[in-house]
Amino acid sequence: MANFKVNGEDKTLDIEPDMPLLWALRDELGMTGTKFGCGIAACGACTVHINGVAMRSCVTPVSAIEGQEITTIEGLATAAAGSNPSNPALTAVQQAWIDHQVPQCGYCQSGMIMAVSSLLAQNPNPSDAEIDSSITNVCRCGTYPRVRRAIRSLATA
Amino acid sequence: MKINRRRFLLSSALVGGGVLIGYTATRPSRHRRANTELAGSGESFVTSLIKIEADNTVTIYVPHSEMGQGVHTSLSMMAADELDADWERVNIEQAPAIDLFANGDLVTGFAGELGAPSFLAPLISVSAVKIAELANLQTTGGSSSVRFTGEHSMRYAGAAARDLLVQCAATRWAIPAAECTTALSYVHHNATGRSLSYGELAAEAAMLEPSTEPVLKSRDQYNIMGKAMSRNDIPAKVNGTAPYGIDAQPEDMLYAAIRFAPVFGTKLVSVDAGDVLSRRGIKKIVQLEDSVAVVADSYWRAKEALKSVDAVFEELGNENASSASIYEQFDASLAADDSDEDREIGDTQAAFESAADVIEASYRVPYLAHAAMEPMNCTVHLKDGRADIWTSTQDALGIKSRIASILGIDAENATFHHSYVGGGFGRRLPFNWNVIDHAALIAKEFDVPVKTVLSREDDLQQDYYRPAVASNFKAAFDASGLVRGWHNRFTGPVQTPGAAHIPYAIDNQSIRVVDGTTHVPIAAWRSVDHSQQTFFTESFIDEIAHRAGKNPYQFRLDLLSGHPRHRRVLETAAEAAGYGRNLPEGHALGIAVQESFGSVVAEIAEVSMDENMRPVVHKVTCAIDCGFAVNPDTAASQIESGIIFGLTAAMYGEITIEDGRVAQNNFPDYEMVRMATSPEIDVHILESDNTLGGFGEPATPPIAAAVTNAIYILTGQRVRELPIKNHDFGKPSLAKA
Repeated sequence: MANFKVNGEDKTLDIEPDMPLLWALRDELGMTGTKFGCGIAACGACTVHINGVAMRSCVTPVSAIEGQEITTIEGLATAAAGSNPSNPALTAVQQAWIDHQVPQCGYCQSGMIMAVSSLLAQNPNPSDAEIDSSITNVCRCGTYPRVRRAIRSLATA
Repeated sequence: MKINRRRFLLSSALVGGGVLIGYTATRPSRHRRANTELAGSGESFVTSLIKIEADNTVTIYVPHSEMGQGVHTSLSMMAADELDADWERVNIEQAPAIDLFANGDLVTGFAGELGAPSFLAPLISVSAVKIAELANLQTTGGSSSVRFTGEHSMRYAGAAARDLLVQCAATRWAIPAAECTTALSYVHHNATGRSLSYGELAAEAAMLEPSTEPVLKSRDQYNIMGKAMSRNDIPAKVNGTAPYGIDAQPEDMLYAAIRFAPVFGTKLVSVDAGDVLSRRGIKKIVQLEDSVAVVADSYWRAKEALKSVDAVFEELGNENASSASIYEQFDASLAADDSDEDREIGDTQAAFESAADVIEASYRVPYLAHAAMEPMNCTVHLKDGRADIWTSTQDALGIKSRIASILGIDAENATFHHSYVGGGFGRRLPFNWNVIDHAALIAKEFDVPVKTVLSREDDLQQDYYRPAVASNFKAAFDASGLVRGWHNRFTGPVQTPGAAHIPYAIDNQSIRVVDGTTHVPIAAWRSVDHSQQTFFTESFIDEIAHRAGKNPYQFRLDLLSGHPRHRRVLETAAEAAGYGRNLPEGHALGIAVQESFGSVVAEIAEVSMDENMRPVVHKVTCAIDCGFAVNPDTAASQIESGIIFGLTAAMYGEITIEDGRVAQNNFPDYEMVRMATSPEIDVHILESDNTLGGFGEPATPPIAAAVTNAIYILTGQRVRELPIKNHDFGKPSLAKA
C-alpha cells in the first residue's frame, strides 16, 4: 500500500512501490493536470511539489514519498491561498500566466507553473541567471520569453 | 512536373466551379441541418457557424484544432466582428467533427497560392464538385486557418448572419433594411429609437437562406479584428483542467504500450512474451503487422511489461542504412543531375561559361522529429458497431473517417471527442497514420476503451520526419563583380512549391530538384520545405555578398528592387536591431529574409561566441509583413514560437540514422532551446494592403541562416551543415564584415 497526501487529501493506493508518482496521479487517481512528457525527468512536464518543492514525478517512485505532501497543478491555488487576493481561484503565478498570455499549446505549462511557483517561493526576486538555472522545463512552443516576462512581473510586484 | 499539374487541376476546377468563397459557411440550407442536429431549445443557427440564443448569447463554432496558435479566438473574432456581436457575450465552441463543419476553404485558399501543400495533395486530385464538398477534411495546417477559413468562411458567416438579422428587424418594423444599424448584438432603427436584440430575431432569421455574397467590412470598420484579445483557451491551461487527447479517461479504459519495428518499413516476425501475461494488470499481447503491443489496466504496467517482450522483425536490406550512406546517396543523386525543373530563368549555362569568377558551396541538413510535448496517443472504444475516439489531431474528420474504416463501421457511427492539441507542427496531420491505425487495430480486440500512448522514445523514433536535404550551389560573377548566374541542385521531394526560389534579381537561374527518396518516412514539419531551403539560399546569398565584398544587408536590398515587401521588412528589422551602429564587443548581426505562407519575414540575430567558442544568440529582431494581424498579441506569440522552434533545429536538431533506425532516444540527445538559451525576441508586425499572411510558420525559416551568417562574421567559418552544435569553431578569427 502506498500512502501519501495529494492536495491535502490522504490517499491510499494498492499499487507497486516502484510505480512512479506520475502514473499514480494520472492513471490511478485520474488527476490528468500533471503531464507525461519524457518519462526520464528530462523535460519537466510532470513537475509537482513534494513538501512544497518542485520535483519531477515521472522518476519519483511512490515508495519514496510515503506519508509526504504532494501538490499538483489542480491544488496549487488552494495550497498558495492568499497569493492573489483579486481571484482566490488562481495563484499570482497563474494570474500572471493569463495576464502575459503565456501558454500556447499549454501541455508543458502545468509543469512550468509548478517549477516557477517553487522557485518564487524560495527566491521571490530571482536574477535572470537564477531563472535560467532553476527553470529547465522544455516548452516546444517556445513560450520562454513570456515565461520570463511573467516571472519578472511577479518579482517586481 | 507533378506539382504544377496538380496546381493546374485545382485552379481550373475553381474557375469552372464559380464562386466558392464563403460557400462552406453560407451554403444554402447548411444552417438548417445545424438547427436540426445541434440546436437546443431557444437556440438558432443563423448560418452554420453561428448560433444565437434567445438571451442574446452568440456562440461561434470554429472548425479548426486549437494547438496554442489561438485559432479559436482569432477565428471567432472574425465572425463576431462581421456580425457586429458583443464580444463580451460571445462563446467559442470547437465545431464537432462532422461533415457539416468540414473546412474545405483551406483547399480553395491554397489554390490561389503557388500550389497546395503536400498534406492536401491526395485530396485535391478529385473533381471540381468534390472540391466543394471535401467532406472528410477538417485540417489545421499550412498557416491557413485565419487567412483562408477566417477570410473565406468565418467573416462570410458573420456578415451573412448580420444581414439576415437586419432583414428580420426591418420586416418587423416595416422599414427598409438600409435604415437599420447594428452594434453589440442589437439591430437599431435610429430614426425611431427602436432596438431588437439578435436573440429576439434569431429564430426568424434561421428560417431564411443566408446570402453567399454578403458585403464584408473594410478594415477601417473593424471593431474586434486588430485588437489584442485574450485567448479563450488560456485559463484552462493554467490550472490543469484543459483536456488533451492523452487525458481521455472513459470508464473501464485499458492502456496499450507499443513497440514498433525499429527499421522503417519492416514487419513483425515473431514474439516471445515470456511470463508477461501472468503479471499484474496485463490483459493481452496484441501482434500487429509492424509492431507488438501490451495492453494492461495501467500505462505504466503495460510499458514495464513491454520491456520483457522479445520481438523479432524481418530484415529487408535497410538495416545497413546510415546518415552517412544517405548523404552519399544524396551526393550521387546530385552528381548524376537527373533532375526536374523547379525554376529556370534566362541562360544560366551561358552565364557560367562567360563568368569571371565562380563560387560553389554544398549544404546539408539532417532529418528532424516534431517532438510535440504531448506524446502521440489515441483512445478508441468500439462497441456494438459504434466507436468513440479521443486523440489530439490536426484533422478530426480525417481521423474519424480513417479509424471508422479500420474498424469496419460507417463514419456516421463514430463520435470524435475533441480536445486541445499538445503541439502539432505537422506531426498530427492526416496521412501520418501511425499511432492512429495502431490504436484502432488494438482497440478492435476489446469492447472497452483502449488508450494507446507512445513513449517519448517511440515518439522520436517512429515519426514522419522533416526530410534531410542536400543542396549544391554555384554563383557566377561577371568581370565587373555582378552576380549573373544562380545554379542550385537539391534533393527532393518538393513538399512546398517555391520554397527554394529566391527573390533576388539575378538574371539567370537554374534551380532543379533530384531524387532524395530514402526508407525514412517524411512529412510536413513546421514551415515544411522553407526551413531547409531558407537556410540554404539565405546562407549562399550571404556567401555571394561577402565574395563581392559587399555588406550583406545592402547587397540584399540592392537585389530586391522588385520586392518592396522584402525591402520593407529588412529595413524595419535592421533599424530596430541597430544594424550598422555600434554593438557590444564581440557581437555580430546576421540577416535572413524569406516569404512563406503569405507573409514576408526578416530576422536579424545578434550573436557572440562564448569563452568556449560556442555561439550565444542574444537577441532576434523580427519584422513581418502579414497584411493584417487579426489578434496582434497572438500573432506576436506565434512569431516568438516560430523563431525558437527554428533556433532549436539550427542549434541542436538532428535525427541520425544508424543501422537503418533512428539513433536518438529522448530529449537528452534531441536537445531543445530552454530558458537559458532562449534569446530576447523583438517583434515588429507591419500591416499592408496585402491579403492576410500566416503566422504559425513564417517565422521559422529565416532563423538558422540569420544565426550562421552572424557566426561567419564572428569566426570566418561558414556553417554549411546543421546543427550548429556539431561544429568546432576553434579559436577566434579576425574575419569581420
